[in-house]
Amino acid sequence: MKFVVCLKQVPDPETPASAFKIDAAGKKVVPAQGIAPVVSPFDTQAVEAALRIKDAQGEGHITVLSMGAASARDVIKHALAMGADEGVLIDDPALTDVVDPFVTVKVLAAAIRKIGGVDAVITGRQAADWDWGVTGPGLAEELGMTQATFAKAVTAQNGNLVVERVLGDGFETVSIPTPALVTVSNELGDPRYPQLRQIMAAGRKQVTNYTLADLGLSAADIAPRLTLEKLYIPVKESQVEVIEGETAQEKAANLAKKLREAKLI
Amino acid sequence: MAEGVLVIAEVADGKLNPLTAEMIAAGQRIVGEVGGIVNVAIFGSNAETLAPEAVAAGGDLVYTFAEAQLDEYLTDTYVPAAEMAISVADPAIVLIGQTSNGRDLAPRLAFRLGAGVVMDVTEFSISGGQVSWTRPCYGGNARAVLAVNTPLQIATIRSKSFDPLPADTGRAGDTIPMESGIDAGAVKQKLVSRETAQAEGIRLEDAPVVVAGGRGLGGPEGFKPLEDLANVMGGAVGASRAACDLGWYPPSQQIGLTGKTVSPDLYIAVAISGASQHWAGMANSKNIVAINKDPDSTMVKNARYAIIDDYKNALPALIDEVKKLKG
Ligand SMILES: Cc1cc2nc3c(=O)[nH]c(=O)nc-3n(C[C@H](O)[C@H](O)[C@H](O)COP(=O)(O)OP(=O)(O)OC[C@H]3O[C@@H](n4cnc5c(N)ncnc54)[C@H](O)[C@@H]3O)c2cc1C
Repeated sequence: MKFVVCLKQVPDPETPASAFKIDAAGKKVVPAQGIAPVVSPFDTQAVEAALRIKDAQGEGHITVLSMGAASARDVIKHALAMGADEGVLIDDPALTDVVDPFVTVKVLAAAIRKIGGVDAVITGRQAADWDWGVTGPGLAEELGMTQATFAKAVTAQNGNLVVERVLGDGFETVSIPTPALVTVSNELGDPRYPQLRQIMAAGRKQVTNYTLADLGLSAADIAPRLTLEKLYIPVKESQVEVIEGETAQEKAANLAKKLREAKLI
Repeated sequence: MAEGVLVIAEVADGKLNPLTAEMIAAGQRIVGEVGGIVNVAIFGSNAETLAPEAVAAGGDLVYTFAEAQLDEYLTDTYVPAAEMAISVADPAIVLIGQTSNGRDLAPRLAFRLGAGVVMDVTEFSISGGQVSWTRPCYGGNARAVLAVNTPLQIATIRSKSFDPLPADTGRAGDTIPMESGIDAGAVKQKLVSRETAQAEGIRLEDAPVVVAGGRGLGGPEGFKPLEDLANVMGGAVGASRAACDLGWYPPSQQIGLTGKTVSPDLYIAVAISGASQHWAGMANSKNIVAINKDPDSTMVKNARYAIIDDYKNALPALIDEVKKLKG
């Protein structure tokens, strides 16, 4: 099977709130000092999902695809070190600070068409920066693929993908024909961690660069449907009262009393 | 000309879910300023029985699609059904729930119809007839305010973000039975099985008290005292993603950005550090209590009350004291 896995480089989502800063005038996030950007975590799990199918089938080809700045080469390299076969980076000045996932979908879809003959596209359920959750289903529609979102397990069986999905109130299993698009949720489990030997080998794998012109896209094709009016950090009022007491029992009694007074018990 | 709002209702356990009434209320606020009416589309065999509920919640015109093929959600059936509802209601704005179904449906529908889509809306404002949608991003660390430039706008609404209108059973509203006209040949997804987690007792989203546990519990057995506390307080038990990822508690009980949104009267966070992505699912709780060893954790700093102690000591004591008060 021929896979494309979409990856995004994002500011580390575990950045402590105290280090999270916004440039209000520029309507963008200021990279935190000394905290390196990472592959959006659901995307490493998307790579893992493709690798598990490839391992189980004993054959397959995985192209990892990212739209981003030159630094996004790092996320492609990480996926290649995990075991993906080749990389494609779409880097174009017209794509700096894209907010609208509509633009992302148009660009990634054009690249996937150019790659050609793809049986399955796998993405994370949402990117850990904008948290849109639009790119996966958007690509599925754009490419005319059947979709299955929020996968915790994916297997290939007789040309179909069998996908276990995580729902708000349980799980379901769906079977979808290829070409298909799957979005992966964290329940898939830990992605493999590249070993030194694989990191070295990844250096020899091919990464192709595309611009918008290479994809045959003009500025008009990617005119956004959304306008970002404002980006801000909400204020959290903190007026915590730490409950006093010599022993756990005393603290518990004092808390219970407070909760009783507030009519919460 | 396209105007007004269409709410795609969501049915759970044979009833409209509470989010549907919240979306209808949001829809009324919108049409109050930009004009038009609030249309509601209900899918599934018992759609017609549910229509009066949608009217009482503030729906002006209800389209019912009483078809067994819409009893279970599938992208391939719901996208064309929603398309049909949109073509007859001709709204300017479509509201869909930010649930697992809505998250799957809204983006695909938007690309099918050439609409701009804003996911996970928690607030909006209207000026000069233009809606500005506010949504959390960056794991809940930031808020973005966005306008949609397309004639048709689609927004998904996070639960507990808008208060429902008081149900008014005397309200007038028409119901129009519809047919989706789904082309069976275009339904490619096959549902193999579905397993619903049967939560015992009160549903997490409805519970007045939520006791939630995190990685600091050290193992699945750590949830036992939380269940005991929830029992004596008449509440439900939730978990952080870290605890769910470790397999200590089912993902259906995960609270946060990619889990459930809760807004109980009382939220007791036990051994949870308070990451922004967790906070995203419980920030609207009326009162937050943190039980944590670490006085500097974000959960403690942003709580109303905190007990700084090992949960193994704090919880049995708290269960005991609550029992005493309850007599
Ligand atoms: C894109 C994305 C989406 C995410 N979505 C979610 C989500 O929906 N929900 C969610 O919860 N998280 C989510 N996360 C994960 C989130 O960032 C945190 O990693 C997670 O919430 C941490 O869980 P925790 O607080 O249980 O664990 P930790 O951060 O490890 O905290 C454990 C806490 O337990 C305390 N502790 C330890 N031992 C004891 C003891 N004996 N007694 C008392 N206290 C003790 C510690 O002081 C600490 O505060 C997401 C992350 C990403 C990147």
